[in-house]
Amino acid sequence: MAADHSHATLSHDAEGNVSPPEHTHPDWGTYKWVALILTVLTAMEVWIYYIPSFTKTYLFVPTLLILSAVKFTIVVMFYMHLKYDAKLFRALFVGPLTLAAFTLVGLLFLFGHLKISF
Amino acid sequence: MGGEHPPTSTGLNNTKVAIWAFIGSECFFFASLISTYLIYRGRSPVGPFPHDAWTDPATGHVFKAILNIPVTSVSTFVLLMSSLAMVLAHSAVVRGDRRSSKIWLASTAILGATFLGFQAYEFTSFVHEGLTIHTNLFGSSFFILTGFHGAHVTAGVIWLLTLLFIDIKRGFSPDEAINVDVCALYWHFVDVVWIAIFTLVYLIK
Amino acid sequence: MATTVSLPATPHREPSHRYESGVWSWLATTDHKRIGQLYLYTSLFWFLVGGIEAGIIRTQLYGPNQHLVSAQTYNELFTMHGTTMIFLVVMPLSAAFFNFLIPLQIGARDVAFPRLNAFSYWIFLFGGLFINFSWFLHAAPNGGWFGYAPLTTRPFSPGLNIDFWVLGLQILGISSLAAGFNFITTIINMRAPGMHFMRMPIFSWMAFITQFMIVLAFPIFTVALTFLMLDRFFGTNFYEIQAGADPLLWQHLFWLFGHPEVYILILPAFGLVSEVLPVFSRKPLFGYPVMVYSGILIAFLGFGVWAHHMFAVGMGPIADSFFSITTMLIAIPTGVKIFNWLGTMWGGSLRFTTAMKFAIALVALFTIGGISGVMHSSPPSDLQQTDSYFIVAHFHYVLFGGSLMGLFAGLYFYYPKITGRLMNEKLGSWHFWLTAIGMNLTFFPMHFLGLDGMPRRISSYDAGQGWENNNHLASYGAALIIIGTVFFVYNWFASMRKGAVAGNDPWGGATLEWAIPSPPPDYNFATIPQVTSRYPLWDRKSPQITSEVPHGTRDEQKMEVKIAGQSTGTAPAPADTRLNAPNAHPSAKQLGINMPTPTIRPLLAAFFLGCVFVGLIAHRNLTIMFIAAGLFVLSLYSWLLTPLEPEHH
Repeated sequence: MAADHSHATLSHDAEGNVSPPEHTHPDWGTYKWVALILTVLTAMEVWIYYIPSFTKTYLFVPTLLILSAVKFTIVVMFYMHLKYDAKLFRALFVGPLTLAAFTLVGLLFLFGHLKISF
Repeated sequence: MGGEHPPTSTGLNNTKVAIWAFIGSECFFFASLISTYLIYRGRSPVGPFPHDAWTDPATGHVFKAILNIPVTSVSTFVLLMSSLAMVLAHSAVVRGDRRSSKIWLASTAILGATFLGFQAYEFTSFVHEGLTIHTNLFGSSFFILTGFHGAHVTAGVIWLLTLLFIDIKRGFSPDEAINVDVCALYWHFVDVVWIAIFTLVYLIK
Repeated sequence: MATTVSLPATPHREPSHRYESGVWSWLATTDHKRIGQLYLYTSLFWFLVGGIEAGIIRTQLYGPNQHLVSAQTYNELFTMHGTTMIFLVVMPLSAAFFNFLIPLQIGARDVAFPRLNAFSYWIFLFGGLFINFSWFLHAAPNGGWFGYAPLTTRPFSPGLNIDFWVLGLQILGISSLAAGFNFITTIINMRAPGMHFMRMPIFSWMAFITQFMIVLAFPIFTVALTFLMLDRFFGTNFYEIQAGADPLLWQHLFWLFGHPEVYILILPAFGLVSEVLPVFSRKPLFGYPVMVYSGILIAFLGFGVWAHHMFAVGMGPIADSFFSITTMLIAIPTGVKIFNWLGTMWGGSLRFTTAMKFAIALVALFTIGGISGVMHSSPPSDLQQTDSYFIVAHFHYVLFGGSLMGLFAGLYFYYPKITGRLMNEKLGSWHFWLTAIGMNLTFFPMHFLGLDGMPRRISSYDAGQGWENNNHLASYGAALIIIGTVFFVYNWFASMRKGAVAGNDPWGGATLEWAIPSPPPDYNFATIPQVTSRYPLWDRKSPQITSEVPHGTRDEQKMEVKIAGQSTGTAPAPADTRLNAPNAHPSAKQLGINMPTPTIRPLLAAFFLGCVFVGLIAHRNLTIMFIAAGLFVLSLYSWLLTPLEPEHH
């Protein structure tokens, strides 16, 4: 199946999604660093969970959300190689993800878990 | 498959386009499950609760906070490492390194199965502590959300074992790396869903 | 391509003769045109069933205090009428066109995953049979097509009725999702050389957008249904109010799916009408790019308007205002489409064929339904209209006047391509006028009934409330629709034998599907065409149409010139013989075209998956469920490990 790729002519489509060659994936060095960063971030998340003085502050939840978003992004960019892959895949993922995130936030508003104050 | 397929309009592999569309669809699937869990946070009139102890007013029985963060942190780490093993398996197939590809495919499957083992331990210990899908809203929404994630991991492990079986039987040539790539995309997606669940369900009090 | 794990070493049997004709050729087919026809006939059958249900409803409501059926049966009838018309008629009838047309319009030999396509159909068939089997057990679903929980939870709906509904819709959801991924991949990847996105026929565009809405909206419904299923079968608490559950959870999840679903139902019809109007006006579609963008905008906004179905539950001023504004906004791209259709017809040389009449009917009737829709986008006005017959009038104008009229236009338009013969225009005209008059006679008076306070979903009403006359009219209208449908069914089957032979291009069409024989050979295109414009056939046969009327932005015209220049240099234009090819065409084998091997594995996989649900409804029979699940996995492996096409090594 991948044999199709090497013979594939360049893209005909309007967006100019010219597919990059298959072998631009990062190497072992990158993967190792990514794994290390993910481990450290996870350790940080668990660590701050055990700091009672911090969990009571308003910063606790945003910090966790940011850490988790960073982990999420790193995995998607490097392990799912969206950073290196065709733009089309990025659109197929980021579009629905954004819409789903908006939906989730919208539902939390509607059920009164998030408040708008004027 | 044979190489006589006409090239695709975008030059991208069909299965890969389909799996990305599927992952987009799964975003909504898990967003609905996570939304429900979050909507029902703190709405149960009766315990046990995830982060707080609860005394049953009828019996006086004290239920401790149900979530076991140390154990889940370890299982989270295991799942992250399985993603590392997965990229290494793919990279080995791309390089044509038959020996490494088998090792890393097997490692990914074993780490995935280990995660499932942790989940089985977690579920049974919760049931022993008095939390089932019937107990309260937390029980229903927690078990179904993490259970669906576990079902995805299970499907992934079966997929990986199938790939491993083929790799052992005849080996993947670098041309066929797409077969591993597609499975890897699914596997990493299941991992990022867990990243979200770990924070939103386990850590945020 | 569906073989993620292909084993070239597997010895392959040549397809046996039993797959070439007769019943087996249909059971084992992977041909998108045959699958499209299977969808078509199945959904037309359900259309008749849903129509009978509607007929009984209208007979019951003809006059006050009538009791043709009990209140319980009445609940089942309106629930199944709605469920059938939405999930078993309009969606699969659209799917019939997706299947039949998308590969032809984009110049492909088949869809990206032919066997997954067969699987989608078979699972749809089982879902439809499953949900309707409930009639024989006197336990048809009775909670409305929206199935509001907690009404549909076990304590309030103890029977099998809702079980059939929940599980049946789960099965149908699998079908729609599988088809969605397939068509997305097909449209992205299988377009003929030169057919970039802005040259794609508008129906394929609307189908493309619809698939995205399906794959994003259905998972939400799957989750909502799963919660309900778990509540009913396994005692979870998602909709249990005593356990602290929120009665609005179902409503939000359902309408999060339900509103995109509305556009899933209408966009394919919009696409068909956008194909019919230019051909019978002899003019390119007015504002093609704007039609595409408005379709995308409708889809996008469609995910942000769901709670306008819930103004009556009291969500507070912020939520009400937000959803009111987004709902009004969505009228803009929809209105743009209406004006573009008018612009297409303006100054054209119109031919009033039956297809054209149905297409124009969509433009007129959908506008009426759209305007009443804008009326209830305003919460104060909506509160007066909610749960009254005004709403029934509104959504029948958009679903019958919109979706069905568009689909009928498509049926008359593509009948010659599907069967090779033309439908009788005179009978078609009878069908059209009876349906159009009947439809308005049925649903227009319902606006007044609603404003007079007649509630929806009541099985009978007392005399003396001023509702008699309008209900009489509505029932007469329903009778006209039924008579019209008889004309349609007769015409359909009679024309198949006696209709005039159509040839490749009976209407003077502009897009690729009209370049090939009718019905098309299994490989569709002997040579994959090289596309250089949006209207390849008109460019060749009647260039005056595409040269005189500007269609497209300046950039695009520039691009066309450039690519056309390239293609004359590098790839010669396809031989014109394809346009005049005789109906006796060479077989795929003679042309050396590799076609997918017929296989019944998708059918087996769909059947065993269906059996898992049968086990669940048969008192949670775990033995059946596990055996069926095991067989499903086995058939799936057998399917995935078999190469799609005969190997040539």
